[in-house]
Amino acid sequence: MKVLLAEDSASDRLILARLVSRLGHTVIEAEDGTEAVELFRETQPDLVLLDALMPRMDGMEAARQIKALAGERLVPLIFLTSLSGAGDLARCLEAGGDDFLVKPYNRVILEAKINAFNRMRALHQALSHQRDHIRRQNQQMLDEQRTARRVFDNIAHTGCLDAPNIRHHASPLSVFNGDVLFAAQRPGGGTLVFLGDFTGHGLPAAIGAMPVAEIFYGMAAKGFGAPDVLREINRKLRRILPIGMFCCGLMIEADFKHNSLRVWNGGLPDGWLLRAGGYRVAIPSRHLPLGVQEPDQFSASMTVLDAAPGDWLVMMTDGLPEAPNSAGESLGEEGVLSVLAGLKAGQEPFEALLARMQQHTGKPELADDLTLCCLQMVRAEAPEVMPDKIPESALTGPADWHCVYELREQTLADFNPLPLMLHICMEVPGLRSRSGEVYTLLSELYNNALEHGVLALSSEWKTSPGGFSRYYQERTRRLGNTDGHFIRFSLGHQPREGGGTLTVVCEDSGDGFDFTEYSDTVAHQQAASTGRYAGRGLEILRRMTRNLKVHGRGNRVEIVYDWWFPDAAITSGA
Amino acid sequence: MNDKPHLDVEALAELQDVMEDEFDVLIQTYLADSRSRIDGLKEALATADPEHFAKTAHSFKGSCINIGAPRLGGLCFEAEQLGKDATLEQAPAVLERIEAEFSEVAQRLQNFGQEV
Repeated sequence: MKVLLAEDSASDRLILARLVSRLGHTVIEAEDGTEAVELFRETQPDLVLLDALMPRMDGMEAARQIKALAGERLVPLIFLTSLSGAGDLARCLEAGGDDFLVKPYNRVILEAKINAFNRMRALHQALSHQRDHIRRQNQQMLDEQRTARRVFDNIAHTGCLDAPNIRHHASPLSVFNGDVLFAAQRPGGGTLVFLGDFTGHGLPAAIGAMPVAEIFYGMAAKGFGAPDVLREINRKLRRILPIGMFCCGLMIEADFKHNSLRVWNGGLPDGWLLRAGGYRVAIPSRHLPLGVQEPDQFSASMTVLDAAPGDWLVMMTDGLPEAPNSAGESLGEEGVLSVLAGLKAGQEPFEALLARMQQHTGKPELADDLTLCCLQMVRAEAPEVMPDKIPESALTGPADWHCVYELREQTLADFNPLPLMLHICMEVPGLRSRSGEVYTLLSELYNNALEHGVLALSSEWKTSPGGFSRYYQERTRRLGNTDGHFIRFSLGHQPREGGGTLTVVCEDSGDGFDFTEYSDTVAHQQAASTGRYAGRGLEILRRMTRNLKVHGRGNRVEIVYDWWFPDAAITSGA
Repeated sequence: MNDKPHLDVEALAELQDVMEDEFDVLIQTYLADSRSRIDGLKEALATADPEHFAKTAHSFKGSCINIGAPRLGGLCFEAEQLGKDATLEQAPAVLERIEAEFSEVAQRLQNFGQEV
């Protein structure tokens, strides 16, 4: 240990220097306070022995300056004194001294004090190193989280969370608190939103979020519906997550065309559908969280709700109802409900809930583990041409082909063929930019064939109030008996100068329905007059295709769809 | 007045043990230091500076206690008190006794050193 010794009396200095060096320490000697401060700065000693009364700068002032120079370092400072009054001794300690040594020096006491301070110094040093180590590790962890977040963002981009009808709050690093929020536009229109809350925090939760993001966005882009996505997420999480770790989630599939919602809640707080006129529908958890059940036990059955443009859908993780105020009390789900019940006409639930949370917690910043998302129903828009990121060459991929795909009996109830058929069509170079249109063509044909052909459901029901949910109930019931039924798709594509032609024939085993009424005369009037769904669906097909033909008894529909490369379209239009 | 001994022989023996061959250097250092302290006291008295008088007496006291000259240390304490109280009237008398005691201590220390 390096010991700085400041003492103006030469004989005292001599004695003390000898006592200290005999203990095995290096001694640096100063004759007054000013020299002591200078030497302290130069030599960075580990312990200081300081005479209280010295010429030039006295010990008290030197002590103050030395303590300031030492900063965070613990440098024990022992005053040497022949002062005897208690007040004088107290002043030494007030000036920053840690102890004092009274003359005449006693070598036993001196040794005991130096050793005690050396232990304290070592302890302080160990603590400081540990603190610095923790600080560095924490910094490293934050850096790593930021990097991981960038990787995560490349998979779980914001999707369409920034759409004008979606409001959301999520902490930038929320994925490390186990919260995930995804939203995607479905190829044929409509929006899919998933809010998830993993058990646990930190890296395990973030790692679990990665495959969920990939499944969600991958499947949504391919046209899969909410039940398929949920089943796949559950299957994946069940396989990869350890026992006791799972993901509470709420999935929304908003269909703006039919003004309906399909919802699924497994373990999250109640979601809410807020209809006009202050009418509220709860979306309670009816399922176990994702990753708990084996795939064959998992139920992806969705609740169907009617909604209208302007209605809001509210979903949240439990960080919102459970956030404590300064007294440790939380709002609870009742508190959330009272905010929603108190909404005035035209007031947005998102703003109201956030304002209530800020008032509750007394902090402008909301906690990290709180995610809130509100989705507003809007009017359906025409399917947009998806921007194509990768320029595609007309020379790669199949352009001239034909295939037949037939679904039979029970498979009609169990399997949605649209993603697979869309995938086949998207292999055609250049056609990917039309995925929304192609998905719409395929899904209209398929839904007509299944619902009006095979299941013989009447579209009349959908127009009656609340009929949509009844329609879905009946649909589910009839899907229980599809014996002897089939739907057959014949898909073909031929290249053309500047684009191609996709031909789709969709045939079903149903009794057919009165297509002639639509196909020959009704198309134009139909769209204008009743706006009934089946008629409108057919009108969409007619508008998007070069040719639409209905064969037989109304159970064989053929469409011919021409498309152009984006730049070729400009040329031909000019 | 104090009835402390001129030299604390026990303390000096311990110092001798600690300082080993530097003990004589210590004695000479102490003696030289003490002479300059006495000069300092005289100077303070001449310039009528009670604060300087007190501080010098205080430091002198410290080294006397450490070296093992308790009676001289006691006199220095008296001088320090006079300086602190700014009552230097009796200071010349105390200083005279300090000088006399110092001669005594110096004599005895020289002898003590030579005994070894």
